[in-house]
Amino acid sequence: METILLFIAAAIVTCLTYLWRNQITEKPWLTAGAIEDDASGVSDEIDPAARTGLMVFLAVVTSVFALFISAYFLRMELNDWRPLPEPGLLWVNTLLLFIGSFGMQAAWNAARREDKRGIQNGLLIAGAFTLAFIGGQLWAWQLLSDSGYFVYSNPANAFFFVFTGLHAIHLLGGLWVWLTTTHRLWSGAHLETVGLRVELCKTYWHYLLIVWLVLFALLLST
Amino acid sequence: MLLAVVLLLLVVGTVAFHFLSPWWFTPLASNWGTIDLTILITFWVTGVVFIAVNLFLIYCVLKFRNRTERADYEPENTKLEVGLTVITAIGVAAMLAPGLFVWGQFIDPPDEAWELEALGQQWRWMYRLPGEDGELGTTDPGFISADNPFGINPHDERGQDDLLVSSSEVHIPVDRPVTFLLRSKDVLHNFAVAQFRVKMDLVPGLVTYMWLTPTETGTYDILCEELCGVGHFAMRGRVVVDSQEDFDAWSAQQVTFAETQALPPPDPTIGQALYGTCMACHGVDGSGVEQLNAPKITGLDEAYIAHQLTNFKKGIRGANEEDKYGQTMAPMMALLPDDASIRHVSAYVAGLPDEQAATTIEGDAEMGKRYYVTCEQCHGDIGQGIPAMGAPRLSGQSDWYLVRQLFNFKHGIRGAHPDDLYGFQMGAMARIFRDQQSMFDVVAYINTMPSPAEGENQIASLELNQE
Amino acid sequence: MAYVPIADRGQEMSHPHSWVTKYVWSQDHKVIAIQYSITAIAVGVVAMVLSGLMRLQLGFPDTFSFIDPNQYYQFVTMHGMIMVIYLLTALFLGGFGNYLIPLMCGARDMVFPYMNMLSYWVYLLSVLILMASFFVPGGPTGAGWTLYPPQAIAQGTPGIGAGILLMLISLGVFIVAFTMGGLNYVTTVLQARTHGMTLMRMPLSVWGIFTATVLGLLAFPALLVSAIMMTLDNLIGTSFFMPAMVSMGELNEHEGGSPVLFQHLFWFFGHPEVYIVALPAFGIVSDLISTHARKNIFGYRMMVWAIVGIGALSFIVWAHHMYVSGMNPYFGFFFATTTLIIAVPTAIKVYNWVLTLWRGNLQLNVPMLFAIGFIFTFTHGGLTGLFLGNVVVDLPLSDTYFVVGHFHMVMGVSPVLVLFGAIYHWFPKITGKMFSETLGKWHFWLTLLGTYSIYLPMHYLGFLGVPRRYFAFDGTDFIPASAEAANVSITVAALIVAATQILFFINVIYSLFYGKKADPNPWGATTLEWQTPQNPPEHGNWGDELPRVYRWAYDYSVPGAKQDFIPQNVPPEAVEKAE
Repeated sequence: METILLFIAAAIVTCLTYLWRNQITEKPWLTAGAIEDDASGVSDEIDPAARTGLMVFLAVVTSVFALFISAYFLRMELNDWRPLPEPGLLWVNTLLLFIGSFGMQAAWNAARREDKRGIQNGLLIAGAFTLAFIGGQLWAWQLLSDSGYFVYSNPANAFFFVFTGLHAIHLLGGLWVWLTTTHRLWSGAHLETVGLRVELCKTYWHYLLIVWLVLFALLLST
Repeated sequence: MLLAVVLLLLVVGTVAFHFLSPWWFTPLASNWGTIDLTILITFWVTGVVFIAVNLFLIYCVLKFRNRTERADYEPENTKLEVGLTVITAIGVAAMLAPGLFVWGQFIDPPDEAWELEALGQQWRWMYRLPGEDGELGTTDPGFISADNPFGINPHDERGQDDLLVSSSEVHIPVDRPVTFLLRSKDVLHNFAVAQFRVKMDLVPGLVTYMWLTPTETGTYDILCEELCGVGHFAMRGRVVVDSQEDFDAWSAQQVTFAETQALPPPDPTIGQALYGTCMACHGVDGSGVEQLNAPKITGLDEAYIAHQLTNFKKGIRGANEEDKYGQTMAPMMALLPDDASIRHVSAYVAGLPDEQAATTIEGDAEMGKRYYVTCEQCHGDIGQGIPAMGAPRLSGQSDWYLVRQLFNFKHGIRGAHPDDLYGFQMGAMARIFRDQQSMFDVVAYINTMPSPAEGENQIASLELNQE
Repeated sequence: MAYVPIADRGQEMSHPHSWVTKYVWSQDHKVIAIQYSITAIAVGVVAMVLSGLMRLQLGFPDTFSFIDPNQYYQFVTMHGMIMVIYLLTALFLGGFGNYLIPLMCGARDMVFPYMNMLSYWVYLLSVLILMASFFVPGGPTGAGWTLYPPQAIAQGTPGIGAGILLMLISLGVFIVAFTMGGLNYVTTVLQARTHGMTLMRMPLSVWGIFTATVLGLLAFPALLVSAIMMTLDNLIGTSFFMPAMVSMGELNEHEGGSPVLFQHLFWFFGHPEVYIVALPAFGIVSDLISTHARKNIFGYRMMVWAIVGIGALSFIVWAHHMYVSGMNPYFGFFFATTTLIIAVPTAIKVYNWVLTLWRGNLQLNVPMLFAIGFIFTFTHGGLTGLFLGNVVVDLPLSDTYFVVGHFHMVMGVSPVLVLFGAIYHWFPKITGKMFSETLGKWHFWLTLLGTYSIYLPMHYLGFLGVPRRYFAFDGTDFIPASAEAANVSITVAALIVAATQILFFINVIYSLFYGKKADPNPWGATTLEWQTPQNPPEHGNWGDELPRVYRWAYDYSVPGAKQDFIPQNVPPEAVEKAE
């Protein structure tokens, strides 16, 4: 359970830091009166609620993955564990997702320049390579099944399928947002409203890339 | 006012209930008096806090309700809060320290403790004692079979002399520390004896342990305290704490694993000769004669027949004075002198061709189907019986006999004997039949089940489908 | 401060026009709160009926032919799961969280209203899936609310076919609903507080609900993860949790799985879950006590820190549910220590509630009665927790009626008393009508005394060693015949308590139609929800302008002020001086 406890500890430290910065030790009964707004200078360019909401959501997703990784370590210690050979294809897939994430970054950079063309290109690259990544993962499943590594034949296999499957489901959720964003962009929505979505997508893609790198490293090293 | 009075009554009542109610620790029979002591310390600490907090609460309600003057304005009082925190921390430490100390003893069995294995399955207990070598053999679920119910590794030398106790009752000597090694065949269970205070879960795939030194001779109930399915509440055993001599005498009677494996296979031809006596009542073909109150005995599995015959022989069954027909059967057992003859005749009867018994009972099968939901956990969904559960086939058996046995189980005429392995379970389950009609109903439903032969086809086709 | 109130940023609120968008597909947090509450209470009534059936069997064994062991264990399971998840979690967070957070923080609505609406409908779906399991072949699962494998999916347990599957799916759907709601609650508290509403000016209700939501967001994934893995074990034949075992004489096809791993994951969710229910109750009861004692909450800072501290600690105590599970016994030292440490901040909360009453001016109306009743029952339940948390004391008591008594006092009766108190307290705001004091008082007295006479004797049955989750107790030597008498009296009390709840429903329904019109602020409370321009508040809550907050939430009986309360939105210069 070390992994999840580490994550929870990090979450607690983050929360406490936030609370500390917000004067959790002040004596509120001594400070009656108006309080200056915007003291901490929150940028007004981006809707902070959506951004905060995404961060909280990513914390939830991290909790899910951290728990699976904890379970992975605990289960690995039992004596029926037989590691499975990771297909080399996964390296290619990693590259695909990397490019997908790069595409999102490019779209976001373009959005900041208010360059519609650039956003469109970035989104197309991101979407295409992410789809390719998911296809590649499915292919990896096929390769493993063909060589007799079925999901039920060993817990190591089961964890492999669960990790990759869960990660792909999260990407699919992201692709849905990508789809609506792309649709809006092409049907001529305001760049400002699209900009926020592109930023959220960028964060989400980077996050899922990191998750995949962690999972991949974990699978390779064990 | 009313609130203050009622709260005061609740506090006084709680304290009075504590001292006056008849319910308190079950008398201790092990070395774990330290656990009771820790509970008492906890009681004192928490009791003082309970009374103090509530008395203060009552005082506040009395004193400060609907006042004419205003409430005080006091946002906080750091001194008071820190003081209360420190006192609370001291109280907590006072409970925790002895608790951790005793836990340290509990998880570390003394070197001189002997080991005894309690094996749980749905919904009964079995036990294994080390033989002369003082060691238990290794086990694996893969070895478990009808002939090797403990799953002992047949190639392990250390397991050959292990003493196997298939009864739900086990004996241990007084004043000798014992480590219970706990193992489960199927789901989670929990080995708990109220008088010993300690308990531990049985986890399939693991061997868990707990230790104690019994200090009082006597017979104590073993309860399963981890929900393990429908029969959870019926999963009982007994541990008898004996003097060393009594224990030695008892353990000398137990069979070793090697002995159980060395039994020659039963011979149905000898069984056929022995069957001559049975024929008079149960018929040449074993189909039973209702007028003689002799049920059909074909279609049952060999182990079940042998088990019932042994019960009749040992007076576990057929000894209750209300069991008229059982009392007819019991003396007949004189004609089967030993275990070997019982096994021969059981093998013969189990091999007889089977015909569906005639229907004599009428009832509401639809209603019966609802009752049968409970029965099917052991007897199978088409009444085929599950030998591993000690549950005989019901479908195609003499229906009048089933009703009578349900009645007997419900009223403790059958199954109440402490050595009846599955009797307690069946008795506990038979209580769902509130009256005669409900028994007719369930038997009417059993009568709608496919005959043994059809049933077998049905099971075979089910298995085919699954594959 | 770090907030930008959304309504002041030029966003339009779309006001609903038709009846359907106003009351069914509503995005108004208040309507969603009521939808959540009604659904949760309705399903809670189902769970209460189930407990009544269980008590009938235990009090009068062999009397009712409609309760067999199968059904008994199904009732046990469904009662527990519904009460913990679908009633308490949903009502505190989906109900009160939804209603109170925007109003108390001075927001116009949740920050993501559409997702908030979706949260309710997904929650309703999870409830329907759960209820559907009553009607599938084999019925609902009977594995106990903890759903421990292998029994949850092995022969011998009721509902191992569709029942357990629907349960796991329903839990998954519930977690999705909870996450959608939870993202809203957290983000709203963080980003949509009005001018001047600093964190330390928030009422404790918001603190409790906020912290509980954070706990839920981090802990519910553990339930999701274990549900996914158990579903795979069940359907595909993986061996995450399923060991090799001989079930009903047949060797299964699993190998090497660890049932204890499931328990770790389950309780990693399960223990924070206790505080997901308790923290909102702590917060709400603090506000009830302060308001009706006309006195500031004693030690507000300590109360906030205690809520946060309990929340943080709740993640490192989970294995105290597993002392006798066969886990590594050395864990016992660590978890006993952390568990008893968590008692300190909890005790501080109790002290501070009582110290708030001290030198107050107590108005013993219905919400206050429930709040004081809560202090009594929670003290009792909290103290018995010290028995079970102290690892070696847990040995004789675990899996006995002591445990049943303990967690029903601390997690059943106590939060439910707060819920009723809160419903009575905010009833005038939610409906604009006053409820009947008399009925409310009867409801309180019968509930408090009834529940105490149910659960107090259970602790003592536990000392005897009477095991929980037993369909019938006969056949043991150590359980005296007097224990049967206890079971009869417990059953009678339980039926009385169950019947008493009818008073509550009568009160609510009658008052809704015929109640006296309520004052906008009948209790003289300081918090923002009582300062809305309309009563009950309309969509958007605040009319044209967001309220501006000038003080903390507990300015009661401030020396020198004319009134004995100063609402949070009254600037210092506008406070009327006493003559």
